[in-house]
Amino acid sequence: MLWNTILLSLREIKRNVMRSFLTILGIVIGVGAVITMVTIGGGATQQVRQQIASMGSNMLMISPGKRLGPGQSAGNVPFKEADVEAIVREVSSIAAVAPVSSQSIQAVLGNQNWTTQVTGSNNQYFYVTNRTIATGRQFSESELRAGAAVCIIGETIRKKLFGAQDVLGEKIRLQKLSCEVIGLLGEKGQNTMGMDQDDIVVVPLRTLQRRVTGNQEIGMIQVSVQQGASTDKAKQDITKLMRERRHLAPSDDDNFHVMDMKEISTMLTGTTQLLTALLSAVAAVSLLVGGIGIMNIMLVSVTERTREIGVRLAIGALEREVLMQFLVEAVVLSSLGGLIGIILALAASVWLAGFLRVPFVFNGPIVFIAFLFSALVGVIFGYFPALKAARLDPIEALRHE
Amino acid sequence: MMAGDRDQNDRATQVPLSEDSPHSGREEKGATGYPLAGVPLSGSSPHGGREGEAPRALPVEGATQVPLIAFKGVTKIYGMGNATVAALRGIDLCIDEGEFVAIMGPSGSGKSTCMNILGCLDTPTAGTYMFRDVDVGMLTRNQRALLRRHYQGFIFQGYNLLSRTSALENVELPLLYRGAGAHERRERAMEALETVGLKGWESHTPGELSGGQQQRVAIARAIVTNPAVLLADEPTGNLDTARSREIMDVLTGLNRDEGITIVMITHEQDMAVYAKRQVHFRDGKVESDELNGGKV
Repeated sequence: MLWNTILLSLREIKRNVMRSFLTILGIVIGVGAVITMVTIGGGATQQVRQQIASMGSNMLMISPGKRLGPGQSAGNVPFKEADVEAIVREVSSIAAVAPVSSQSIQAVLGNQNWTTQVTGSNNQYFYVTNRTIATGRQFSESELRAGAAVCIIGETIRKKLFGAQDVLGEKIRLQKLSCEVIGLLGEKGQNTMGMDQDDIVVVPLRTLQRRVTGNQEIGMIQVSVQQGASTDKAKQDITKLMRERRHLAPSDDDNFHVMDMKEISTMLTGTTQLLTALLSAVAAVSLLVGGIGIMNIMLVSVTERTREIGVRLAIGALEREVLMQFLVEAVVLSSLGGLIGIILALAASVWLAGFLRVPFVFNGPIVFIAFLFSALVGVIFGYFPALKAARLDPIEALRHE
Repeated sequence: MMAGDRDQNDRATQVPLSEDSPHSGREEKGATGYPLAGVPLSGSSPHGGREGEAPRALPVEGATQVPLIAFKGVTKIYGMGNATVAALRGIDLCIDEGEFVAIMGPSGSGKSTCMNILGCLDTPTAGTYMFRDVDVGMLTRNQRALLRRHYQGFIFQGYNLLSRTSALENVELPLLYRGAGAHERRERAMEALETVGLKGWESHTPGELSGGQQQRVAIARAIVTNPAVLLADEPTGNLDTARSREIMDVLTGLNRDEGITIVMITHEQDMAVYAKRQVHFRDGKVESDELNGGKV
């Protein structure tokens, strides 16, 4: 009987193709928008995770100031080189420690120039940030110690300044410093925040401090924890060490922050997920509107088919059978809308994923939930009209014109 | 719908609202072969019990059992307080199995109200309506629906077919509510359409059929469940004379050959003469009740 009712309602829907389509349009858009948002959001989140994973999951970032966000800090006391040495000395589970100081500087070669991020660090920087030297070499000990005028450039710099020209041995000018290119970094692409990670010039830390910034400060320390060692333990050790070195009383808050990749990952994906949730919520509102649309049309349908309902009641249909008929019709309509929405959403997601360059991640649960939700909308918004139909007085209904 | 049979087990258990065996009933139906073989007959008042009351036709031959329909003092009052209108003022009427009754009367005489009560669509304000020993006034709305489903067929003046739905599907509709299987539905619907002379028109929608044909589809829909009584509310009201005669021939044939009881409202004397018995209403009362001498 239920199957018959479904068939009957499908027949009813077929009788009014245009109206049925307009009725379910709201649901189609609602379901489609929700699924598209969630799918694209999921793709973006996955992309962030992948990029973070490519940075190395066992990395810790120690930055001065209280935690506010990446690169943001307040009331910060910068680190010194002695802090780096202390970490190397005191924290046993550390694989590599890289002090990092950066400044935005215009790099010039001949008549070409390009403003880029000049980073002062050591050779461990390449290990910690998971980077390779494509051609050339790392810094030598003496270059690091003396702060020699040498640099390793990223792929973007090569493209912007050198073009097809060979880079090794050439000299580029960073402010007043003319430095020799000794290596080219392997390409890495954009990072999680959309920054070009190849738009970089790496020089020895001392070179940057002495010849560019003119101070002894270190902006950030990046640490790589040994494979298999606990990052939490390393984090605790470093925190304890830095508190000692910074002479913090037990009652003082940390004036630095040790961040692990988990935290960075959570923070970055959190942003994406929040955005996804917000957009999906907006999209879900259209599901509600779609539901009201269905209720509207079902009410019209009940009025229009009053005589039919009268006939059905007269030939012995029970109240609940009429109720069921209209309820099933509403549910079939809204589920159909859900199905069309799902198909459109998947097509749109594939296209958008390509367009926005995020991976397409099929999210089964949300598709299922969206479908269930669309059916639920049918039940909720179809119930009142169906009840109205079932409660009709057959005599009145048969007399209805 | 799935639990349709459950209701029959409620307080209507004595009410024989179970499915009668498809088709077989029609052939057996004679003096004793009621489709409701299990109707408790004891305690019922057969015709004799009402002698000396309102004028009443003689029972059809052989029908010695409980009447199919028995109205006793049926009154229907609409409205409340001072603004009441009495549509029926104490109707006594007995209709036996196999009868063909035409109910006539001017508009406002209460014949439509009577029909609604007959069809269990409405309940009397006072008096009792016994349908084969079942007091319809005591039934719930759902039980009355089941009674209609199993024992009554309806024909309306306006045909009331489902538009854009084929004749076959229209005729199948009551069987759908009775939970018949697809095969059985189709077979019985085809048979009913053949009975009304519409073989070959199964797939036509009402829009493609003439008024007379539509009414015949409606008749097929009413008889497909093999009802105990066919209630026709001005079945020829929308048709010209020739078409009306066709419909009346179909109805007469059903009454004569299939033994189906027919109660028909009409205001055309031409049509009423097809019935075996004419009941005239006036001002909510039975004015006259007589057998037709002629056409049967």
